[in-house]
Amino acid sequence: MPVLEGEGVTKYFGGLAAVSQVDFHVDQGEVVGLIGPNGAGKTTLFNLISGALVPKSGVIRFKGEKISGLKPYQICRKGVARTFQSVKVFGNMPVLENVLLGSLFGTPTGMSSVNAAKEARGLLEFVELSALRATPAKDLTLANQKRLEVARALATKPELLLLDEVMAGLNPTEVAQAMELITRIRDKGITIFMIEHVMKAIMGVCDRIMVLHHGEKIAEGTPHEIATSKTVIEVYLGE
Amino acid sequence: MDIARVISKRSFLLGLLGLILVLLATLPLYAKGYTPILMTSLIMYAILSVSWTLFSGPTGYISLAPAAFFGVGIYAAAILGKSVPLPVFIVAGGLASFIVALLVGALTLRLKGIYFAIFTFGLVMLIMQLLVFWELHISGIRGRFVIVIDYNTIYYAMLIIFVVLMLTVYFIKRSKFGLALQSIGENEEAAAHTGINVTMVKVITFAISAFFMGAAGAAIATRWTYIDPYIAFNVNVSFLPVLMAIFGGLGQLYGPVIGAAIFAYLQEVLTTKFSELYMLIFGVVLVAAILYLPNGLVGLIPKLWKRSSGGQHAST
Amino acid sequence: MTITTILDVVIGGLLMGGIYALIAMGLSLQYGVARVLNIAHGEFITLGAFSTWVLYTAFGINPLISLVIVGPLIFIIGFLLHRTLFRSLLKSAPSLAAFEGSSLLATFGLLYIIQNIALIIWSSASQAYSYLASPVNLWGAIFAANRLVTLGFAVGIGLAFYIFLARTRLGKAIRAAAQDPTAAGLMGVNINQVLALCFGLGALMAGFAGVLYSMCFSIQATMGLQYTLIAIIVVVLGGLGSIPGSFLGGFILGIIGSVVTYIEPSLSLAAFYSIFILLLLVRPTGIMGK
Repeated sequence: MPVLEGEGVTKYFGGLAAVSQVDFHVDQGEVVGLIGPNGAGKTTLFNLISGALVPKSGVIRFKGEKISGLKPYQICRKGVARTFQSVKVFGNMPVLENVLLGSLFGTPTGMSSVNAAKEARGLLEFVELSALRATPAKDLTLANQKRLEVARALATKPELLLLDEVMAGLNPTEVAQAMELITRIRDKGITIFMIEHVMKAIMGVCDRIMVLHHGEKIAEGTPHEIATSKTVIEVYLGE
Repeated sequence: MDIARVISKRSFLLGLLGLILVLLATLPLYAKGYTPILMTSLIMYAILSVSWTLFSGPTGYISLAPAAFFGVGIYAAAILGKSVPLPVFIVAGGLASFIVALLVGALTLRLKGIYFAIFTFGLVMLIMQLLVFWELHISGIRGRFVIVIDYNTIYYAMLIIFVVLMLTVYFIKRSKFGLALQSIGENEEAAAHTGINVTMVKVITFAISAFFMGAAGAAIATRWTYIDPYIAFNVNVSFLPVLMAIFGGLGQLYGPVIGAAIFAYLQEVLTTKFSELYMLIFGVVLVAAILYLPNGLVGLIPKLWKRSSGGQHAST
Repeated sequence: MTITTILDVVIGGLLMGGIYALIAMGLSLQYGVARVLNIAHGEFITLGAFSTWVLYTAFGINPLISLVIVGPLIFIIGFLLHRTLFRSLLKSAPSLAAFEGSSLLATFGLLYIIQNIALIIWSSASQAYSYLASPVNLWGAIFAANRLVTLGFAVGIGLAFYIFLARTRLGKAIRAAAQDPTAAGLMGVNINQVLALCFGLGALMAGFAGVLYSMCFSIQATMGLQYTLIAIIVVVLGGLGSIPGSFLGGFILGIIGSVVTYIEPSLSLAAFYSIFILLLLVRPTGIMGK
């Protein structure tokens, strides 16, 4: 049963179609990858799902309920969380408080401050950032800031997690650690939809992959099918 | 060098605060004549600049509306002053401003910061024009007389408003709401995606800051005896708190207070001796502050502290 | 409602509209390219107006000649202001939004400074002079010649400026910088020079508006602020970043103002403001904005 589905999702910027008539679905418990050359419309699609943008036409549903047109905070509270391509942590606030905000405001039902603090600490352990909990977020390394963003997203108790290029800028060791974190998140029962350019990660972790090009979906299938698809190879080699 | 540890920083500050409060509360007893009047103006500006900072500091939205809310409070005092006691019309002035701010905020806080600044800038003149129209064509009465209240009572009223404001700001900063407010200033988009209803937080904070501006206006109106739209809605009242807050520094609670104290006093001195130059001097100070003191006076203090202690202590 | 009245209102509206158009184009340049929302914009109108008055009453210099004397001077003031004050702010700003905020506040300071200087030199008294005041009869409606000349010059300057932006190399560099400063810089445009130039040109337009205004109306040292507000409304009406939009928007607002003044003078600002609110809520990009 699809946790997330979109039909005919379209978005224009000026005269240009950033996303054009895209149908997609993500099933419960899956890890689905979203790939495509730069400018293909991947982040725009995520923005449409998370409520940062409103689709021109088409509809997006989460657990059967229409979410396109809702505000980001409403979509977050329904159980969709995301990270951002350019990391958006709350720089001057300590690490713990970054996560705490998620527990306090983003969950489907409210939580007392005491419980929220407990949750936040637990999540910091989960992403292995406990030692840095009092450090201002802006003083963290890029890899750690990405972990922080993930922890903050997880604090909102999502059923669906959107990861936008969470591995960008990471060295091979950090990539491996990130892949391992994603697997652990999936083991918790959270469905994952991820944009990625690091092919090793995509192929290694995803059950299914979607390919966008110039705003349109051009291919969809298992990692093997995508890796051997002529259409996809042409698109990437032609870049 | 252990003096810093012996007197725990917290109790020292609290003691200092208590002393200042006592001094202020007993002021009319030992300082007669002009001093309570001067102090009333000073505290009034402190209220305006701290209220301004409460909203514009964390969110980064520059509001030029203080004069509008201040004026609403003044008119509340003029209209209600004869029929209800002082505390009531002060709160009424605050509430009226609160409601106006809710409306204005709900309409405009969804827009980009620059549109919001422009909108609040014109709000003052708009309300003034509407009132002029009203008085000209509907009520037929130009201006109003305000009930006269003795200076000491006004001083205490202003002081109480100030104390309530500072307590409010303090408790907001330590609350969930304050955390959400801060996160909006850090990264509004991320805050929205973390489940925070960003617009509502902004609007409520804006309205709370307006409440105190309105209350201050209602309190001070009683000193002016006669008001009309031009007197009550003066664009300077929007510019000055901003100047004071920036100069004093937005990082700390007491920054705007210091800025207000310095400038209110400066204004007194300059309007009596160099009345033609005070706008010029203020303008120069504002530009200099923006250029060289981006964190205000308050930002200088950590730097000075570091330098005087030889850089041995890490900045807290 | 006679033809005469209609003509009165329309041409009166176009006249003010021409002045609004110039002021708005100037502000649009300053905000659209240099990203400075110049609250002190109106003060350059004041400077232009009073310089013309002084030149005319003290030296008998024709106001239309003043356009070429006063204009360049005001341009230089604007140019230097940017190169010193705003360039410095730009360097130290952590983000564009921060720069917009700090430059906005800096122009506050400028407003105070310039207005105070104007008050010291010329006091708060209202001044006026008479030039080309002879009446002209247009289809039954009577207008002072100076108003028609002002209208003509406003339209002329506006069109000349538009052609400058569209056809000349410098104009294209400016438009490129407005679209994308980084890309423009990579293509060899000296971005800092262009920004200062635009700021200066913006002040120049305000100066021109002041010169023309002084020909038809009385002037005061405190006149600037209300025109800054109107300029801002026009810029939003026409579309932030669109010079032709500001040009058109100026005339539209001028006519609306003229109509409202005919019905009820004390509500003109309220009318402008309501339009402003409506625009912001319904179509913030304005008539011709992107």
